Amino acid sequence: MVHNNTKDLKVTPLIDLHKELGAKLVPFAGWNMPIQFSGVLSEHICVREKVGLFDVSHMGEIEIKGKDAKNFLQFLLSNNMEKMLDGSVLYSLMCYESGGVVDDLLVYRFSENHYFLCVNASNSSKDYSWVEKQASSFNVNIKNISNETSQLALQGPFAKNVLQNLCDISLNDLPYYNFRKGRINNVESIISRTGYTGEDGFELYLSPEKVSEVFRLIMEQGLPYGIQPIGLGARDTLRIEMGYPLYGNEIDDNPTPLDAGLGWVVKFNKGEFLGRESLLKQKEKKEQRQKLVGLKLLARGVPRAHYHISKNGEPVGEVASGTFSPTLKTGIGLCYVTKESEIGNHLDVKIRDQLVPAEVVKLPFVPSRVKK
Amino acid sequence: MEIPNDLHYTIEHEWVRMKNNRATIGITDFAQGQLGDVVFVELPAEGTELTKGSPFGVVESVKTVSDIYAPVTAKVVKVNKDLESQPELVNSDPYGQGWMIEIEFLNSNPEQNLLSAAQYIEQCKDQE
Repeated sequence: MVHNNTKDLKVTPLIDLHKELGAKLVPFAGWNMPIQFSGVLSEHICVREKVGLFDVSHMGEIEIKGKDAKNFLQFLLSNNMEKMLDGSVLYSLMCYESGGVVDDLLVYRFSENHYFLCVNASNSSKDYSWVEKQASSFNVNIKNISNETSQLALQGPFAKNVLQNLCDISLNDLPYYNFRKGRINNVESIISRTGYTGEDGFELYLSPEKVSEVFRLIMEQGLPYGIQPIGLGARDTLRIEMGYPLYGNEIDDNPTPLDAGLGWVVKFNKGEFLGRESLLKQKEKKEQRQKLVGLKLLARGVPRAHYHISKNGEPVGEVASGTFSPTLKTGIGLCYVTKESEIGNHLDVKIRDQLVPAEVVKLPFVPSRVKK
Repeated sequence: MEIPNDLHYTIEHEWVRMKNNRATIGITDFAQGQLGDVVFVELPAEGTELTKGSPFGVVESVKTVSDIYAPVTAKVVKVNKDLESQPELVNSDPYGQGWMIEIEFLNSNPEQNLLSAAQYIEQCKDQE
């Protein structure tokens, strides 16, 4: 019930189509975006059981080209670029010297001289400045291509069936975390087998002039499979069930990747990179100031960001992201705790004036069904 | 959006259906639309005394949480137990099966300061 001035917000080329489809629009990271269409619960279940189409054109894209592209990214990012092949995608963090996180992102490799990064909408301009600033001693060209790139995500068990009928590449030959250039009914697109839902699916990068046409085509093709347009509300509940971090909640310039359970994308053995020294110090000291855990409520209630967590009355942490889980039909939260992080521990979440019992559970809350 | 003519309303989006010295209370179609999918409703026990303008319950939707305010000073005589297992009734039938509590007025002139349907429609227009 908040009325914001929507006049200064950016919009994607799909804004009119969203209105036509009955979207409820809200400001998000400077964009006027659909938070829901039919309702978060039904959209969430549609992605888990059938297939859903998301407009994620607010995401940022940064192109890196040049002779030093690979070496530059090896220095800029925490994950190891050596292992990437042409046509592969890699999840990585971009860290400050302090070890805090500038952003989490996907790296797309066309060749060792040509990559692009897909970054969070909320960080897009900050990221671009940061990348530019770090590049001074490398022979690379950096370009913010966000305005000339729209993005759709098609996610769910029927995503492959829907897209295969429209595109000219064999999706059976496209493994998880790989991409190809292809055509979707004659529209050039980057087709990437990635997503933020824990279901099989695709992320499509294409020209803003063509995105409405492709959105309509996919909706039409998906009709027999029960496709629905999906808003950012369900995008959030789907990712929380998977334990996927969201910048601003689980990761930020303060919690380090090691706090966030993202040590698996910090490759200390690859050589020098931004943040390595601080993170190595933290690792060697086993100085885990806080740990990200999954909490499942054992009674009625919905944990929400910043709610306090305690054990026998003693504070142990707070909720980073929480929601009602449409799959488990109970409250769940991704939470930072300073102790009592073992699986099976019982903690209390303070929801208004009540302490609601909760259990530390293994992540993800719901098993992932991506095609590994 | 449905705003029945025969009900009274509050600026916090509760509706009141008066009948003699009693009334049924719920949240409006506008409110349920703003909240989105309701997943829990917390209501007071029967016999609880409510003070006009104070929160008496809580609606949790997937995305947000909202207090429900007492439109009048009253005593709770009945609570909609169906909402425990079917909170979605607040979304699907806000003025019918999604009712929340039945109360008995504890003051005279209960409709004082409540809005008519026409006044409430005006107020929703401002918030859209």
